[in-house]
Amino acid sequence: MDKNINVRDMIHKNKQSMNIGRVWEKMVPKVLLSIAIISILTTIGILATLTVETIAFFREVPILDFFTGTKLKPLGANAEFGVLPLLTGTILSTIIAMFVAIPVGLMTAVYLSEYASDKVRRTLKPLLEVLAGIPTIVYGFFAYTFVTPILRTFIPGLDPTNILSPGLVMGIMIIPMVASLSEDAMSSVPSEMRQGAFALGATRLETTWRVVIPASISGIIASFVLAISRAIGETMIVTIASGSSKNFTFDITQSMQTMTAYIVEVTGGEAPAGSTLYYSLYAVAMTLFVFTLIMNLLAQYISRRFREEY
Amino acid sequence: MKHVDSTQVQNRMGTRLLINKLAKSIFFLSTIFGLIVLVILMYRVLSQGVEWIDWQFITGKLSTMAENAGVMGPLLGTFWLMLVVAPVTLILGVGTAIYLEEYAKKNRLQSLIQTNISNLAGVPSIVFGLLGLTVFVKGMNLGNIILAGGLTMSLLVLPIVVVASQEAIRAVPQYLREASYGMGATKWQTVKNVVMPASLPGILTGSILALSRAIGETAPLVVLGIPALIIPFPDNIFDKFTVMPLQIYYWTIDSALVDEYANLAAAAIVILLLLLFAMNSIAVIIRNKFQKRL
Repeated sequence: MDKNINVRDMIHKNKQSMNIGRVWEKMVPKVLLSIAIISILTTIGILATLTVETIAFFREVPILDFFTGTKLKPLGANAEFGVLPLLTGTILSTIIAMFVAIPVGLMTAVYLSEYASDKVRRTLKPLLEVLAGIPTIVYGFFAYTFVTPILRTFIPGLDPTNILSPGLVMGIMIIPMVASLSEDAMSSVPSEMRQGAFALGATRLETTWRVVIPASISGIIASFVLAISRAIGETMIVTIASGSSKNFTFDITQSMQTMTAYIVEVTGGEAPAGSTLYYSLYAVAMTLFVFTLIMNLLAQYISRRFREEY
Repeated sequence: MKHVDSTQVQNRMGTRLLINKLAKSIFFLSTIFGLIVLVILMYRVLSQGVEWIDWQFITGKLSTMAENAGVMGPLLGTFWLMLVVAPVTLILGVGTAIYLEEYAKKNRLQSLIQTNISNLAGVPSIVFGLLGLTVFVKGMNLGNIILAGGLTMSLLVLPIVVVASQEAIRAVPQYLREASYGMGATKWQTVKNVVMPASLPGILTGSILALSRAIGETAPLVVLGIPALIIPFPDNIFDKFTVMPLQIYYWTIDSALVDEYANLAAAAIVILLLLLFAMNSIAVIIRNKFQKRL
């Protein structure tokens, strides 16, 4: 050891490094907190941008006209901004998707949770996760170039772009989500309850129907609501396969535009900032955001409020 | 007094068992329904795209001529985008998770951040696109460059990384922390030297899954206004860019005009899926390799 360093120096040095350590120790929580705050800033950013531009939009278009208008003609003179055509497109595609996702997803959950052996479950679940991991753009391609042509051989009046095909494909995409959330709910039902039903002579189906599903109903319903929220916010499938017709119709064989597809179309067209068209983007996005937020909060409320504790 | 009529029960038993069996096969069929669609989708994409994939397609430039088109530009775009998304989400996501799990007191602020994160996860991706357009592209005047796209994507996948990291940190047994404190380590030393290494596999797995989500995501980037134009290869984060999903999107909608574009889209999908498959395999390998360590 160097002769010039005596014990006092060493203690001094040690203290200094401890001081630095102490300062750092105090700073860490503050640094981490400011990082954590960024997620809140994101939410504030979303709310602020949507609100500010939506207010600007409603200065030019009366709010009542927007929500009750059946005509959407964003370009040219006499532009009209009624959101109803977009709402019907969104709601219809969601309903079609739910017709696929809810029954198939729930039955899949029942099979995986109640019927399948451990080995089968361990093989099937990762495969279903693959389905959930495929990018939506791929489903859009699939709907447009494969499902629609097939559907057109059965339904001659079907337009090349229509709301039916993306609705169905969207439903398939959402199956794994419904299945895995519902399965989680079902497998958290204690097996004593099943065994009780078996002991009374119930078959597996009767046990599932009368015991397991009622006991896990809050989680199952919550999974449906989340699936609806997901379908409302889904963008690429409907953008590609449903075209951009802004007709106010309930005919699912026709082209329709959803709220999400409208946002894609308008931003892709480089709407000049400050125009009514540009602001309409945010009004539609605000509507979309509120819809999905309500669904998400509803799902949280259902699974909290109606959960049966065992 | 007899409560159960045993002959009646016996008579109905056959039907009940039959219905049960029938239900089981229906449930099984709906389980494999999704998988059948998956197989059809894969077959369809492969059969249409595979013959278009050659060295020239992978390394070539975009072109309006279907025969000459290549996807090097979108591939590089995806790569550069990840160079922004990966560090940003890792720092923000893991930082938030450490704060919530190790430092935050169970108070209002903590539950606000927690609720906020789970709600952010439910916001449609296209809304994040509008946020990026307003804040990064127009507000900060970045334009539709890689940095703007990367920051937008980072915010989008942030909840995934936060939740995965939180789970990983929560799974670190308390006695490891206590042993570290017992050795005289401070809180930060414990977090840095004990909690982080132990939760790293979980954090990495979650981050890779988040990245693969970002690679496949299209909608927010369309909203940022990234055009379907042929642009030079990007070579830093301030360049304009396009990515694989966007290119697939433009080829798909333009296939109404040029038939071959559908094949190009299929070929690009094959490459995109291979990329995602490779990333997910890495995630699975990490998970399996480190699962039994604790």
